[in-house]
Amino acid sequence: MLQSITDKDGVKRYLITLKVNGDAKTVLVKGNAILTNVLRDHLDLTGTKKGCELGDCGSCTVLLDGKPVDSCLMLAVEADGREITTIEGVAANGALDAIQESMINHAAVQCGYCTPGMVLSAKALLTRNPHPTEPEVREAIAGNLCRCTGYVHIVEAVLAASQGRTAPAEH
Amino acid sequence: MYMPDFEYHTPETLTEACALLDELGEQATVLAGGTDVLHKMKVGKLAPGHLVSLKNLDDLRTISHEPGRGIVMGALTSHNAIYTSRLLQKRYLSLPMAAHTMASNQICNMGTVGGNIVNGVPSADLPPILIALNASIRLVSSKGERTMPLEDFFHGSAETVIAPGELLADITIPDQPTTGSTYMKFGLRRSGALAVVGVAVSVTVKGDILEDVRIVLASAAPTVMRARKAEDRLRGKKISDELLAEAGEEAAAESRPRDSIRGSAEYRRNLVGVLTKRALRKAIDEGHS
Repeated sequence: MLQSITDKDGVKRYLITLKVNGDAKTVLVKGNAILTNVLRDHLDLTGTKKGCELGDCGSCTVLLDGKPVDSCLMLAVEADGREITTIEGVAANGALDAIQESMINHAAVQCGYCTPGMVLSAKALLTRNPHPTEPEVREAIAGNLCRCTGYVHIVEAVLAASQGRTAPAEH
Repeated sequence: MYMPDFEYHTPETLTEACALLDELGEQATVLAGGTDVLHKMKVGKLAPGHLVSLKNLDDLRTISHEPGRGIVMGALTSHNAIYTSRLLQKRYLSLPMAAHTMASNQICNMGTVGGNIVNGVPSADLPPILIALNASIRLVSSKGERTMPLEDFFHGSAETVIAPGELLADITIPDQPTTGSTYMKFGLRRSGALAVVGVAVSVTVKGDILEDVRIVLASAAPTVMRARKAEDRLRGKKISDELLAEAGEEAAAESRPRDSIRGSAEYRRNLVGVLTKRALRKAIDEGHS
C-alpha cells in the first residue's frame, strides 16, 4: 500500500522507494511528479535528459527492470518498488562500459544530448542479444533521436562493442 | 512541461478498480501504460480529477491458452510482451509483428494492448489484426461483465461503446480454422510512425479455394472497418492474382478515408487497394506470418 502524507495546505505527497542503479532511494513526491524530474531534481541524476517530454525523442530513456522506457511518460509513483538504471549506473567501479568506450572511440558523441538514452537503449539490446545485426541495432535505437544526425557512428560503435572491441575497424 | 494535479488511486484487484470507477464516475481516467494518458495530460487535452492506476492488477498482464476458449490476453499486456510471446509467435506471428511495428522500443515496453484498443484511434495497429483473428473482448464493471466481438466495440474516431465505470479486462482470440493472417502497414518512416493505412487479413484456404476471409482496414475510415464487400467478392472462389487485385479495388471503393497531413484521401484509397492485394497474397502463401 502506497504511503502518503498530506501537509497543512492540503498537498498530498507519496513516499515511494526506487531502486536506482542498485541503491534503494526513498523519495517524497506529488502524484503528478514525472519520473524524469524526480531522477533529476530529487536524486541529482542529471544524466537523464529532458527533450520533447512527450515520448518522441528518447533522451529521457532509463531502464525499468532492465527494459528501456521513456521516463517522461511515467509518473514517479508508478515506478514505486521498481528497479531503475540511469546512465550514471552504467559505468561500473569507475570504468566505462564497453559501449561508452566504443562510442567515444568512434566519435559517436556529437552534442551529446541523446547519448545517455542511446547508451541505455544499446545496453538493453546487447544484454538481450549480445550479437545483433546492423538492422537490429538501428531498430533498438529507433526511439532515440539524434538531432546532429550522427547515427552512422553510433551504429558502428554499438556493433563494435558487440564484437568485443571498442576501437574502429582498420580500413 | 506542466502536469495538472489529480488524485491518484492504486486499486489492488479488478473488483476494487471497478468499485472505484463506479464511485468516481466521469471524473476518473484509467491509467495503464500511460503513453497516451500522460501525453494528453501534458498537452492539455485531458485533466482528470482522479487517475485510477491499474499497475497492481498483475492478473491482467498474462497471455495463456485456455482449452475451449482460445488465447486469452490480459488488457495490460505490453506491445513488447506480445512481440516476444512464444505462444503468439507460434500460433499467429502476424499479431507479434503488428505489435512490433507500432512504435519505438521504449513505447512498446510501456504501452498496453488494452490502451491501444480503448483509445479508439482509427490508426491503431492492434485492433485490425485482432479483428481479422476474430477476437472478442471482456468488459467488466461493478454491475457485471459483458463479452462482445472486438469489431463491435468502435463507434467513431476515439469513440467506443465502453460505458463509464467499465474496464477492458482481456481479449480472447478463439481457436479457429484460419490458415493464414497478416498485417501490412504503410507509415511515413520505419519507426514510430502512425499508419497512413493499415490492412489486416485472415484467410482460410482449402486447396486453391479461398473458403473464408476477413479484411480489416486501419486509417481508412473514422473507425477501424471490415471491408465486407471485398470479402464477399473472395469467399468460395478459386485463388488467382486477378481475383486478389479485384478484391483490393473493392476494398478501396468501400473505404472512407479522409485527407490529413499524413496522406490525402485519394492516396489512402490507392494504398488500401495495393496493401489489400499484397496482404491477401502473403497470408495465402505464408500462413500466419
